[in-house]
Amino acid sequence: MGLALVLALIVVPEDGDQGISQRIFYIHVPIALTAYFCFGLGALKALLLLWRGDDRYDLESYVAIHQGTIFGALTLITGAIWAKASWNVWWTWDSNQLVLFLVLFLFYCAYFMLRFSLEDGPRRARSSAVYALFGVALIPVSFLAIRLAEDFIHPTVFTREGPQMTGSIFATFLVSWAAVTLLAYVLYRVELAGKRLDADLRELREALE
Amino acid sequence: MTYLSDVAALGRKDLRVELRGRDTLPAMLLFVLSALVVFHFAIPDDAGDTAAYGLLWVAIVFTALLGLARAWVPEQEHGVLEGLLLAPCDRSAIWLGKALATLAFLLASQAVALPAFVLFFEPLDMTALAGVLLADVGICAVGSLMSAMAAAGRARELLLPLLFLPLAIPLIVGGVGSAVSPDGERFLLFLLLYDAVFAVLSWASFEYVVTE
Repeated sequence: MGLALVLALIVVPEDGDQGISQRIFYIHVPIALTAYFCFGLGALKALLLLWRGDDRYDLESYVAIHQGTIFGALTLITGAIWAKASWNVWWTWDSNQLVLFLVLFLFYCAYFMLRFSLEDGPRRARSSAVYALFGVALIPVSFLAIRLAEDFIHPTVFTREGPQMTGSIFATFLVSWAAVTLLAYVLYRVELAGKRLDADLRELREALE
Repeated sequence: MTYLSDVAALGRKDLRVELRGRDTLPAMLLFVLSALVVFHFAIPDDAGDTAAYGLLWVAIVFTALLGLARAWVPEQEHGVLEGLLLAPCDRSAIWLGKALATLAFLLASQAVALPAFVLFFEPLDMTALAGVLLADVGICAVGSLMSAMAAAGRARELLLPLLFLPLAIPLIVGGVGSAVSPDGERFLLFLLLYDAVFAVLSWASFEYVVTE
């Protein structure tokens, strides 16, 4: 992570077009990709839960989606900062990725509402798992929908097809991506360990009573 | 064949309950008409002709939500769901019967709402009508499952819109697109894709949502 910051902030030459603001790309895009990865992982664990019926997948799926939502929120924030810096608006409906993240963010917030409103038990685990699976189906469908919606919402879409990534930019990007993924993984393990400890503790307390 | 007759029996049961109780459909009809009248006052005169189509879709989705929120109430109140789960039929037939009954309510409310929309606002062409029909299928397929999920929760009326609206965004894109875009067939295809993907998902996952 530290290496990635150094590379992103100092080593890489500034983008001719966008200047310093372009550097947020090294944080924004890896975070977005990591969020997708977390959502995918959450859905995979959900599928395993439905298939194998093993309770531990419930917690893993939940924690993965929790991380994904946090990273999704960070994507929205960094995206807004980038939009402010380069297009001088905090929010733009032109950026498909940002809109998609907003939809997904709403969707996964609803996932937590669902979880907190159901009684703890196998039914909650399975309902959450089904909803998590819907989320993964929603990602490509929403993406397609947002692309289609440009048709009638914005007749002219301005694209941002920059020059291809050169060597040092791409290397920095990869290092940042690896760093963010590692961070997400560590957070995932930490939260999972905490949640498991919590569950164990509750079980012990119930056994004592 | 038994699967289809199970579905038909379940759907017929919902329609009969509605015919006797008249709980849901009159409310949906009144709601959608009131919403259209509210929209007349909500759109400024210079908003352009196409703005009305967007509001029509808002009305359709919220009317559907009203119907969906009531969809599992009879099952909850008298312990019918437990009975249905014990019945020797495939669980997904329960979902399909409910989705079809909800579709019937939604279509009935639109049989009034769409002529009223044409009367008050803008004309609708065949593509737009096909869009409404295809989106209805998606709304009922996904909505019946989400409604069953929400019904188990503590705050079921609050939960359903939260669960359903993010999933309905692609449907609104498809529906509005089919009404306003010159190239409406593309949006119909998209709606068809949505229906196929989410109907299969809902059909396959319903059993997990209702069993203890």
